[in-house]
Amino acid sequence: MHGFSIADHFRRNLETAMNTKLLAAGLAVFASQAAADTPTLTVLTYDSFTSEWGPGPAIEKGFEATCGCDVKFVTAGDGAALLARVKLEGKDSKADVVVGLDTNLTADATATGLFAPVTATPNTLPVPFTDPNFVPFDWGYFAFVYDKTKVATPPTSFTELAASDLKVVIEDPRSSTPGLGLVLWVKQAYGDKAPQIWGDLADNIITVTPGWSEAYGMFTEGQADMVLSYTTSPAYHLIAENDDTKAAASFTEGHYMQVEVAGKLASSQQPALADQFLAYLTADAAQTALITTNWMYPAKTPAEGLPKGFETLIQPSKSLLMSAADAEAARAPAIAEWQAALSR
Amino acid sequence: MASRALPLSPAHGLSIAIAALILGSAAMVAARAESFALAPADWQAVRFTLLQASLSAAISSLLAIPVARALFRRRFAGRGVLIRLMAAPFVLPVVVAVMGLLTVFGRGGPVNAALAGLGLPEVSIFGLHGIVLANVFFNMPLATRMLLHGWQSIPSERFRLAQSLGLPPSAQFRHLEAPMLRAQVPGIFAVILLICLASFAIALMLGGGPKASTLELAIYQSLRFEFDLGRAALLAAVQFTLCAAITLAAAGLTLPQGFGAGLGRTMQIAVPTGWRRGADGLAIALAALFLFAPLLAVVIKGLPGMLALPNGVWPAVVRSVSVAALSAVLATAVALVLATGAARSKSRSIELAAMLPLAASALVLGTGLFLMVRPFVTPETVALPITVLVNATLTLPYLFRLLLPEARQVQTDYGRLTASLGLPRRTVLRFVTLPRLARPLGYGAGLAAALSMGDLGVIALFAGDGGATLPLFVQHLIGAYRLQQAAAVSLILVAVSFALFLGFDRLGSHYADA
Repeated sequence: MHGFSIADHFRRNLETAMNTKLLAAGLAVFASQAAADTPTLTVLTYDSFTSEWGPGPAIEKGFEATCGCDVKFVTAGDGAALLARVKLEGKDSKADVVVGLDTNLTADATATGLFAPVTATPNTLPVPFTDPNFVPFDWGYFAFVYDKTKVATPPTSFTELAASDLKVVIEDPRSSTPGLGLVLWVKQAYGDKAPQIWGDLADNIITVTPGWSEAYGMFTEGQADMVLSYTTSPAYHLIAENDDTKAAASFTEGHYMQVEVAGKLASSQQPALADQFLAYLTADAAQTALITTNWMYPAKTPAEGLPKGFETLIQPSKSLLMSAADAEAARAPAIAEWQAALSR
Repeated sequence: MASRALPLSPAHGLSIAIAALILGSAAMVAARAESFALAPADWQAVRFTLLQASLSAAISSLLAIPVARALFRRRFAGRGVLIRLMAAPFVLPVVVAVMGLLTVFGRGGPVNAALAGLGLPEVSIFGLHGIVLANVFFNMPLATRMLLHGWQSIPSERFRLAQSLGLPPSAQFRHLEAPMLRAQVPGIFAVILLICLASFAIALMLGGGPKASTLELAIYQSLRFEFDLGRAALLAAVQFTLCAAITLAAAGLTLPQGFGAGLGRTMQIAVPTGWRRGADGLAIALAALFLFAPLLAVVIKGLPGMLALPNGVWPAVVRSVSVAALSAVLATAVALVLATGAARSKSRSIELAAMLPLAASALVLGTGLFLMVRPFVTPETVALPITVLVNATLTLPYLFRLLLPEARQVQTDYGRLTASLGLPRRTVLRFVTLPRLARPLGYGAGLAAALSMGDLGVIALFAGDGGATLPLFVQHLIGAYRLQQAAAVSLILVAVSFALFLGFDRLGSHYADA
């Protein structure tokens, strides 16, 4: 029923009940004023954010309870599709807030000039975060997830993985954000030696999938020993399924991070409401909801801490993350290196 | 008659509308581009796309010949069920089907277990052979069904004549079956080639790495990640050119069968016995095993989750079924007009227009439509009507391809007679065309409905929070790690798609046999 405001409903009922032209005209004015009093905040986000199992429903309910507004979600695929959608709509976008880009995309997003500056929010990220246009709302470490009952001694680095005969499934950096994260991970950890690492990994990679869903599905079906996912993935199996057989392998090179951010469009007609939403998104209630719906770390650990089970997750010794500008500059050459090394 | 008097027949009008929709959406994308250039890897992608598509099309069409022939000649318990079930792989959503194939041919599957039992090394499904395997799984049943229609279109009187002349099977093949194959196979090969040309997820999931890059992936990358509209438009142009070339080449190779009209009766014809009987049995058994083992895997995987279905699955079923049924009806009506129009017309323009959607990238089409409608309406509010339009357009070529040979046959057999009688076109349609086309119409409408149930990739661009279709619902479940529920909902998706297909198909056979 979202997007169908109470004012509309009210107007329709009254219009059918009373039939005089004058009254209807008077009511139309009244109703449009009522509608203006209940503004709609349009949130552009990725698909899984708004699903029944995503954070969307709780955040919508929570924010609507305080803002006196109607939250309307518009979805577009994943993080990358989101940015494409913003560019496609340009200056006359109806969206006010964009939720779900990651820091590998923010430089590109900023360059469009479509985003407005936002007020920084407090965060507990393991690395310093500053971006005048975006606030982080959750984050995670990329990691190779495996089944403890099948892999007794997981590799502790990319080189060990390359030397093993373990089979892994990864995502394509040209079509998915985890895939891009992996390529930047190897690039930041190995720099000029990255092509060498990819060459060595080639015989471990059984296939490259278009997105995370396909890769994770293949892993759970037993087609691969490991899958590129997040250090927080085992928490889902532990907490929601009471299954403690999944774990993430800790790599000595450190783990690359994915920081998901939200921003406000400069074209928004309701900048104050948009700011209010960003503040809500990064405060305790929404942050708590995000942990067990997105299965990521909250940008700011809520007062009651993390849910039980998260203490079992691996803690990377080193957090890797390129700045937005570095990630933007590294993206195309790193993908080309990856492609060349794996096409041989 | 009327076809000459009218400057623009309905078929030509529809052809122009389809071309405008497909080319117009690509033009909308191109109009927003800032520069036009292909990436160096794009030509490699074109080569790989052509390689995997031609291998897949050739193997699918060749394997379908013995299977269709065996199914045509033999009668056995469960034959009807088998023929209907053969459509199932084609209507499976790609991701579901690939998971089924992995269960059978992948690591720890029965095929590798059998190899290990024989002391042979494990075979990986990933690579070019995996892509071809999956494409054959999807398309061989389609080819078989199209060829079966071909065999059934040879008037049974001809077979009786051949028998009374005492022609041995080889001569019967040369005089009756070979001309039919000559008429049908180029079109079937072309249609499968075009389907495989646009395949995106199969090549990406089973290809084993970036070597297996396809055109559609390059389009996806340029639209989604790089927002390089110029490159996307150029790639779409390459795809259109390939499609046009393939369609025209296939049309040029196709010869009319020219058997003359039969009475349209089904007669049991005597079939060869001996080793041919065994060979037919083997062809049917192998095809059934190859097609049904992965399906069985999908069913087995989906069952455990059926007890705890997530909320919201039934509204999604209703939404998907409505979209699918509307798309199928729309596509069938358009295909009928185009096929009968093309059968009457000498030029290839209608045929080309009807095949054009096969070359359209769903993503380019969706993006173009998005740009077209956005100045007028909020895209989310028209998500379902747009999906119906796009699904109908994208499924049109399959329907057209199914109808065209038989529409031509009707034209050859009855065209002059109905013209000399001066029958109005509506009468011809009702008493001559429709009864003869009922079978492929029903089958085609079923295919179109089932294909529309699967995600044709456009709804995601338009979706608001108004509610997901079934394939999007499955995506949401997987995205939330709920793989068991996702498997169960996939099974529902498969079952509903197949039920829709069966409904339309039965309707068609019912009218054909009546």
